[in-house]
Amino acid sequence: MRFVDEFRDPKLIASTAEEIRRLAEPHRHYRLMEVCGGHTHAIYRFGLKDLLPENIELIHGPGCPVCVLPMGRIDDGLSMAQRGEVIFTAFGDMMRVPGTQGSPLEHRAQGMDVRIVYSPSDALKLARANPDKHVIFFAIGFETTAPSTALTLMRAKREGVANFSVFCNHVTIIPAIRAILDSPDMRLDAFIGPGHVSTVIGCRPYEWIAVNERRPIVVSGFEPLDMLQAIVMLLRQLKRGEAKVENQYKRVVPWEGNRAALHAMAEVFQLRPYFEWRGLGFISQSALRIRDSYAQWDSEQRFRIPGVRVTDPKAAQCGEVLKGVLKPHQCKLFGRECTPEHPIGALMVSSEGSCAAYYNYEHRKTAMVNLLSPTA
Amino acid sequence: MCLAIPGRIVEISPVNRDSALVDVVGVRRRVDLGLLLDDPPAPGEWVLIHVGFAMSKISEQDALHQMQTLRMLGESDAVMEEMRGYNAEETERPN
Repeated sequence: MRFVDEFRDPKLIASTAEEIRRLAEPHRHYRLMEVCGGHTHAIYRFGLKDLLPENIELIHGPGCPVCVLPMGRIDDGLSMAQRGEVIFTAFGDMMRVPGTQGSPLEHRAQGMDVRIVYSPSDALKLARANPDKHVIFFAIGFETTAPSTALTLMRAKREGVANFSVFCNHVTIIPAIRAILDSPDMRLDAFIGPGHVSTVIGCRPYEWIAVNERRPIVVSGFEPLDMLQAIVMLLRQLKRGEAKVENQYKRVVPWEGNRAALHAMAEVFQLRPYFEWRGLGFISQSALRIRDSYAQWDSEQRFRIPGVRVTDPKAAQCGEVLKGVLKPHQCKLFGRECTPEHPIGALMVSSEGSCAAYYNYEHRKTAMVNLLSPTA
Repeated sequence: MCLAIPGRIVEISPVNRDSALVDVVGVRRRVDLGLLLDDPPAPGEWVLIHVGFAMSKISEQDALHQMQTLRMLGESDAVMEEMRGYNAEETERPN
């Protein structure tokens, strides 16, 4: 293994890792879930596991929006891309995700007008510039991205842009955490809470996890030291037998969240009664649909979509990996049929997917960051 | 998509207060300030950007640390690609 970079404060990393070892009681086994896919990527890249004692296990959660989207929704979206008048837009992350008839990129190769955008507002701009076309934005993401889609739709309505619509696949994080806690084969001691979702929703929505489920949760930043400090805070709570919501990422996350973002989401979206999550199945009230007052800008209400349901390939065990029941390498397809170059499951596509992260950093031993060597 | 890109506000648009020119390591693009209307940033201040929208104000030091984190995560190229991708055909519209 070689190291590509160094952290600016190796002494602090070492002392925090030492504090974790001191707090972890040797007779206990700790199962901590990091909810966010960004954390999963960072944990592998920074090799944080190697700094933790063996009885602290990090379980990777459902917070990778590309990974939890069922294949049928990709097929549904691409069915609209086949219409001659449609320009189909999506974030780059979505372009290689396989549907049953191929990925968006493969559809583009067949001549469909499929384009990458980096912002929903750029999709709206494309609609303004192409009045003879209809621009569809394939919206995915948790509460981090949903407000931007909402604001874009509010602008489309205000400006009366008639040739723009959104295929809404936004999901919400709280019901997914609830589904995981309700899952009978899952035992978790505590949660590392998502950082950027929390800038929008704040910390209050996690209180039930502490109060009703008696599990500590600490909202964490993405630097290696942030995550180690979050683990220290969780272990302190567990040692005292407490269960609280704490905010390690105060420099970015306000306790009450972002009011303007929440307002935009409430204006444009309402909860779907249920939505299918890849690996987790149907979860009630776990996703957003576009309100009827914005029906004109809702691709699902404008176009007929087939409503495809696709079961994942039998051999792939994405669901078990997503719930943290299996480690990525324990899946039968891992590293053989399913690799980042030829992904079968979505967990292998996104760099935030636990399979891709595990493959790159544990399996292939790609360069990791050395947190402990002194900076030059 | 889930990258949080730190950028410095260069100027707020004179015709649209929801739009600001932002500098990320020398690349300048317009980003949307519509989600920070409760506490809008001023020129010289730093913000975290998600999918073309400024989501939070941060300190300069936190911005530099965030950039270092992205570099260590191997995301520098993706950040610059995303920045360059924003507003590919820039047209500014009044509010």
